[in-house]
Amino acid sequence: MTTDDSAPDSTPDSRPDTIESAAETGAADVHGTPASSAPELPAPGEVIIEVEEIGKSYGSVIALRDVTTSVRAGEVTCVLGDNGAGKSTFIKILAGAHEHTAGKFIVDGVSRNMNSPRAALALGIATVYQDLAVVPLMPVWRNFFLGSEITRGRGPLRRLDIPAMKQITKDELAAMGIDLRDVDQPIGTLSGGERQCVAIARAVYFGARVLILDEPTAALGVRQSGVVLKYIARARDRGLGVIFITHNPHHAYPVGDRFMLLRRGRSMGDFPKAEMTLDELVRMMAGGAELDALSHELARSMPDSEVAKEFEAEASEVTGQ
Amino acid sequence: MTTTTEQPAAAPETPPETDERLSSSHTLSRILRRPEVGALAGAIVIFLFFTVTTEAFSKPTGASTWIFVASNFGIMAVAVAMLMIGGEFDLSAGTMIGTTGLTTGILMTEYSWNVWAAIVASFVLAAAIGALNGILVMRTGLPSFIVTLGTFFVLQGVNLAETKALIGKVSLTIRDEPGYADGKKLFGSSMTIGLPTGDLTLYAATFWWIGITIVATWLLLRTRPGNWIFAVGGAQQSARQVGVPVFGTKVGLFMGTALAGWAAGMCALFKTSSVQSIAGVGQEFTFIICAVVGGCLLTGGYGSAIGAALGALIYGMVAQGIVYEGWNSDWLYTILGVMLLGAVVVNNWVKSRAEAVR
Repeated sequence: MTTDDSAPDSTPDSRPDTIESAAETGAADVHGTPASSAPELPAPGEVIIEVEEIGKSYGSVIALRDVTTSVRAGEVTCVLGDNGAGKSTFIKILAGAHEHTAGKFIVDGVSRNMNSPRAALALGIATVYQDLAVVPLMPVWRNFFLGSEITRGRGPLRRLDIPAMKQITKDELAAMGIDLRDVDQPIGTLSGGERQCVAIARAVYFGARVLILDEPTAALGVRQSGVVLKYIARARDRGLGVIFITHNPHHAYPVGDRFMLLRRGRSMGDFPKAEMTLDELVRMMAGGAELDALSHELARSMPDSEVAKEFEAEASEVTGQ
Repeated sequence: MTTTTEQPAAAPETPPETDERLSSSHTLSRILRRPEVGALAGAIVIFLFFTVTTEAFSKPTGASTWIFVASNFGIMAVAVAMLMIGGEFDLSAGTMIGTTGLTTGILMTEYSWNVWAAIVASFVLAAAIGALNGILVMRTGLPSFIVTLGTFFVLQGVNLAETKALIGKVSLTIRDEPGYADGKKLFGSSMTIGLPTGDLTLYAATFWWIGITIVATWLLLRTRPGNWIFAVGGAQQSARQVGVPVFGTKVGLFMGTALAGWAAGMCALFKTSSVQSIAGVGQEFTFIICAVVGGCLLTGGYGSAIGAALGALIYGMVAQGIVYEGWNSDWLYTILGVMLLGAVVVNNWVKSRAEAVR
């Protein structure tokens, strides 16, 4: 497997049956249409998705408003926000699960109203959710192709093309920088970071141009988070646009090219990396004065608490600038 | 997310060494990880035990008996195992033997139906009841254990009441209805192989059993629906997210067990030319035991058709071996209980090994 930018489209010959079977059953396009039917990967730096003052209200409840950002090929757009900031609403709009009620959602220069995940997938926008949608006891390669299996033969002799699927799984994972000894091992035996990588590689193989990663590092330890960040960078280098949702600025900053901060359903701004330092990002995330107040409160109620002391130290460091 | 393993980055540092180690010890450990290995070992041990301790067990005439017993249970056990891999139970599987046998029998004797029409009628009935089981389970979201317990009792009642109402008896006997011989060829005939130590008799049920096991294994390991069966049993929500047709897969599995009940019902009807209203009642748990002894997890997502077939073979050997030993055959149930508990413990251990980081 070559690692040039057009990699997902560079081996169309190896998977004609996927397309055929997807067309027959309609199963494949639920989590990804085969690569060659999705639009071509654009040149690095080219804008794929633009959202302009997008908003979403559920009846009288406004969940999200005035959010503006863009996703470019070969770049990582980080969406940062605390719990309840509107991150999941934003993902659902991008993934096609919810339709926006205000603003513009532009894909490839065309304003769209997407009302189903299939519509998003058809445009090459794939979402990797936190639970990764894997079956722990099944081998890695069966998980990779689950729902979009490659077959050969006809009628009752129509059977899985196991050697091809194993080889593609191995190659695609290698292209993401993960060297599995054995694609036959149950996916449950992989580490959290490796499983995340399989899910990402699967989305890429099945035609994603834009990857939406929902808190991929949330449940991971420090080292595993580092592994996942490496794969995010790898996906970016392959020319994909990546939307990385997280509440951790320390994870976002190293890989991000653009940062969009959400708080209480509103955008606090959309910044390219050049206009932002890590300290500023942390400060904006924590919300300066609020963090200060919280540290005082904690210090009063729990004077000896280690947590309170840490908070105080962090607050004075952040607000002291 | 509880597991941690060595970083993938560490692998390239010693690639040749790692791969060498894999290729040698790997094949063996892969074979030992197969779900049916335990059942195979158990079957060999039990066969040797009864062969050594009894005279008749390994003689062709003796073997004919336990192979026949194993065949009747094996037809069902294989289908039940597939359903269990798909994460569901079917307690109505046993009564289906009675329902289909009675349907075909009554249509032939009381209503003078053509034998093939009567066979097809009970096939359609079984498929419909299986589909109903599956649709009820999927639509209500209730555990299949409860739903099929319900259909089990419904069918048991229908079998008794309808039979009494239609023919005034609780059992049905086919005499020389036209076409009966044709049906017998397919479901009830036998072939005898002359061996130096005696005659080995194989019944049609045995060939159905072997055929169903081969088809089920092919389906599970080599086709897309097989992939889906493991997926819906292992992690239904994930399967749905990646586009596996969960509803269709599960309904298909319930239809599979019901149709296996039809095959077993036809084999019983045309072998003995009679059927009791209570035929099959009480066997539903034996099928589950055979599947579990064959390596199926009670929680779904893991197991094998060959394992379940071996589980049925073990059942047949034990059931008949006890007779040859001259023991009281009531002990069979105790032995089954011990086997079930032992198998569950072994399976859970195998599962935790399979999930463990290597």
